[in-house]
Amino acid sequence: MQTQSYDTLVIGAGISGMQAALDLAEKGYRVLVVERQASIGGTMVKLDKTFPTNDCAICIAAPKMVELARHPNITLLTSARVEQVKGSVGNFEVTIWRQTTYVDPELCTGCGDCARACPVDVDDTFNGRLSQRKAIYLQFPQAVPAIYTIDYAHCTGCGACDRACGPRAISFLRRSRPLRVTAASVIVATGFELLEPTELRKEYGFGRFANVLTALQYERILSASGPSDGHITRPSDGKVPQRIAWIQCVGSRSEQGGYPYCSKICCMYATKEALITREHAPDTEATIFYMDLRAYGKDFQQYYERAAAHGVRYVRSRPAMVSENSDQSVTLTYADTLTGTMHHESFDMLVLSTAVVPSPDNRRLAQALDIAVDDHGFFVPRDPLREPLHATREGIFLAGGAQGPNDIPDSVAQACGAAGRAAIPLATRTRAKPPEPPAEREVSDEPTRTGVFVCSCGKNIGGFVDVAAVTEAAQTLPGVSFVESSTFACSEDAQRRIRAAIDANGLNRVVVAACSPITHGPVFQQTCAEVGLNAGLFEMANIRNQCSWVHSGAPGAATTKSIDLVRMAVARADQMRPLTAQMLPVHPDCLVIGGGVAGMNAALTLADMGINTYLVEREPILGGKLNTLATLAPGDVAASELREQMVHAVQQRPRIKLFLGTEVREISGHVGDFRVTLDEGIGGEINEVRVGTMIVATGFREANLHGRYGYGNEPRVITQLELERHLREGTLGQPRSVVMINCAGSLEAENPNCCRIGCGIAVKNLRRLREAAPTAKLSLLYHDLRVYGKGQEEHFTQMLREVEPLRVRYDTARPPTVAATQSGLEVTVYDTLLRDELTLEADLVVLTAALRGDSETSRLKQMLKVAANGQDFYNEAHAKIRPLDFNTEGIYLCGSDHYPRTIADTMAQAAGAASRAAIPLLRGEVSVEAIVAEVQPELCSGCGLCLDSCAYGAMSMDALQNLVLIEEVLCKGCGTCVAACPSGALQQRGFTDPQLLAMIETAWEGATNE
Amino acid sequence: MSERFEPNILGLLCSWCAYTGADTAGVSRAQYPANIRIVRVMCSGRIDPIFVARAFEHGADGVLVAGCHPGDCHYVSGNHFAQDRFATFARILDFFGIDERRFRLDWVSGAEGARFATIVSEMTEELRALGPLKMKVS
Repeated sequence: MQTQSYDTLVIGAGISGMQAALDLAEKGYRVLVVERQASIGGTMVKLDKTFPTNDCAICIAAPKMVELARHPNITLLTSARVEQVKGSVGNFEVTIWRQTTYVDPELCTGCGDCARACPVDVDDTFNGRLSQRKAIYLQFPQAVPAIYTIDYAHCTGCGACDRACGPRAISFLRRSRPLRVTAASVIVATGFELLEPTELRKEYGFGRFANVLTALQYERILSASGPSDGHITRPSDGKVPQRIAWIQCVGSRSEQGGYPYCSKICCMYATKEALITREHAPDTEATIFYMDLRAYGKDFQQYYERAAAHGVRYVRSRPAMVSENSDQSVTLTYADTLTGTMHHESFDMLVLSTAVVPSPDNRRLAQALDIAVDDHGFFVPRDPLREPLHATREGIFLAGGAQGPNDIPDSVAQACGAAGRAAIPLATRTRAKPPEPPAEREVSDEPTRTGVFVCSCGKNIGGFVDVAAVTEAAQTLPGVSFVESSTFACSEDAQRRIRAAIDANGLNRVVVAACSPITHGPVFQQTCAEVGLNAGLFEMANIRNQCSWVHSGAPGAATTKSIDLVRMAVARADQMRPLTAQMLPVHPDCLVIGGGVAGMNAALTLADMGINTYLVEREPILGGKLNTLATLAPGDVAASELREQMVHAVQQRPRIKLFLGTEVREISGHVGDFRVTLDEGIGGEINEVRVGTMIVATGFREANLHGRYGYGNEPRVITQLELERHLREGTLGQPRSVVMINCAGSLEAENPNCCRIGCGIAVKNLRRLREAAPTAKLSLLYHDLRVYGKGQEEHFTQMLREVEPLRVRYDTARPPTVAATQSGLEVTVYDTLLRDELTLEADLVVLTAALRGDSETSRLKQMLKVAANGQDFYNEAHAKIRPLDFNTEGIYLCGSDHYPRTIADTMAQAAGAASRAAIPLLRGEVSVEAIVAEVQPELCSGCGLCLDSCAYGAMSMDALQNLVLIEEVLCKGCGTCVAACPSGALQQRGFTDPQLLAMIETAWEGATNE
Repeated sequence: MSERFEPNILGLLCSWCAYTGADTAGVSRAQYPANIRIVRVMCSGRIDPIFVARAFEHGADGVLVAGCHPGDCHYVSGNHFAQDRFATFARILDFFGIDERRFRLDWVSGAEGARFATIVSEMTEELRALGPLKMKVS
């Protein structure tokens, strides 16, 4: 048996595994991806939409799946599992078991004739067993690879599929077999599952009552490609439910009835499901029964408020039991914990937000890899604070749901981080060179031959637009020589058909009528490029986001509009010319702005990957908030101890060059070649450094609470950060009564966010206060208890037992007030549980202040040309799948400047940002904007009216020739100068006047106002 | 009663904000009348007044130009140029016998799907009331 060698083995190909594999492959490392299922995609592809942006999950996951399957540095093995890992970091010897699927992947075209012939019906696990599939099947329409699989457990061996298979891809003689490979590092990203509450929490009737579902089953019901084609119907009778309820924390946050941890994602996905339900069917009543509403991510609180405003009803409660009625509706008995009363209420359908649980295969895999799992079966890091991504064996890393509940952006960030850390043992290896761009066909002399590909997007387009009519209309358009429709144009199979059609018909323009060019344009451009068609010869007609979805109530008009949009795209296509992507060399160094935990860990990761890094810190010392904090959760490590360790590590790396007491003054240039002016201040030097990429890690600050809660007037009213300093320096004294007020300044107009880490800080500091002042009376005033992070829920429960603080729930609409008395302070609060006003005497009030991004954000964002929100937190490129990138290429972010986060999450993100920033640096080249402006010298009069319109300094005047010059590297391709030119001498490549006018003039067939 | 007049609207939208906002309208399934046809440009600064004039000539009863909110331009200041350019342009529309209300310059962020839907709905209503555009033939 031949042994293949790879740089890194990635186990699991959900969103985490895919991201980790792509991050490594993009750096030039050879990656082997092993996935247990027949298709990659994991749990994310089963979701209908994602919170808090309501992005369609498959729409944002599918391009990554396609990219992974195509990547020249990635080898993908599906239906396979890792059996044994011997050896050590740098040289792991891996045994993999490849399960036969009885289908030859080289021969299968994914046509589905086999499944139509198969007589065996099997419950479809992808659809939560709410529908049936055949014994030979494709997991889901966008499956990658798009190859059918025989489910051997249910196959009767009748051979009907074999007889139906045209390309003779089926062979019952194909054997499962072992495979041996080597890899230098390993990433474990095996994901999670959701509890099916048939044993634990069986009082809710799951498995006994037909209309009690898990939330994941409900995702499938919402999904356009799900068992009911996106129509919300009851499983028992197919009727449209009028009243739907969600029960939160089913199996979570309970030592007795399940698992002690908080599953972290359920409050938001239930909110999402309820919101989407009401958008689908506005008359449906949607009620969420919750314990604490944990809306603690970026924009989560606003999402929750939007759902409440859209009529989703939230009931703070303890559900007790569920019974079924004769019409198969269910009656829920619950205690309303705000009023303390018991209620019975009937619902047509009940959705259970069940606990996130580890994959049952984790324990076996842990043995095979010789790494540890916790009591529940999640993989554990060897140091949860310092190395949250490193498993208990050297060279093996963890990402995503495999190590506990995580949402998509955290999983992606961890995956990037794991890729960054896993790249360290590879630093001395040779990397694969970026692939040469495929040879391009010369088409300039050919007459236009446009291919039009119309996508149904399952029912997303096809359900509202007459795709056949659009296809037929396209055939009559000038220059069109080929038209085809497909169910999912982005699927592997459809892409293959597009390539074949280009080849077979000599197409020299391609128009895809589907979703948005912003999300899917690059995927199709890549498809075209693979058969030699330049990206500039591709165009999309947006007949989903801007047509079928927004005109679902008017199918006739939507079809007419789709036909118009296709005509416009075809007219534009005729005017399109090839675009050349220029390659630029990359300056190999990186700059990190901010020397706190995030910045230091990013710099350390970069240096260990072999990259020279400048680390800039405004203060004279490194450490950021570590210089203020007392202890860090989890584990109560002293902040000073972590600071010393990290600073020491930074100082030991000759690749890290420190600039302390230094401000960033000016930034110019672009990805690959940024020039940054660093100012050491009065008496110091001014340096200019050149770097290829930059990481922004500038942290957070407490909101200014002066004049509120007595803060600023009363010295005994302090913030959590001030408390940390007292605890650290032992200057607290002996308070007799401490009142802690959570959410001070949060959840209101100026700071609408939940700060996410405030509850955890309160929990940690209540324990520290108990130690520092054992007899003090401690009170905690809270709105919701939203403890966040791995292990924090358990800490919280332990704290309640040990510290026994007085807990008072208040409503942020009616915040507590603090007044000075002769003897000290008096806090007045309306207790929403007792429904009474309380007065608490205190000699110390601690405010858990709202958190905001760093105060320099507004200045820095201008220099970086990036965006931030109203609370000075930077805006990432995409809330779900690009959490560490800025929209501006070559700049990345990590830590609390994006949103407040724990030290462990910050460590993971920082390693992730380092991984992202390393990609252009290790590739050594980047492609520059192809859609730049150009001058036609014979038309330019040298008037110079265009010069002012360029914000990038890309334009200058050649006084000698009286001509405008454009430096293409600096041009960002906005086209503002083009519209400013009075003589038509400027054009923007890819957006020329003839191209845009062709669309404008064909928008309405034959129409004219003349 | 005669059939309701359905105006043709051309939308010239910047890719980063307004077009993304129109995509977001789709993702959140906001509903608006199917009267608009959208042309994507990278920045509202790219939009030449000639495009608008040509649209009126070729069947548009109304034109919407939309970009990033002032201060949020992906290209720093392109939308300011659009604003200046179209403030002047709107004033000369009357000269050509085109009611100023047939042209709208507005700002939509990538997250403002609902706002985009509202703008298109409002424009459609207004143009339905104004009736078809009859240009003077010179």
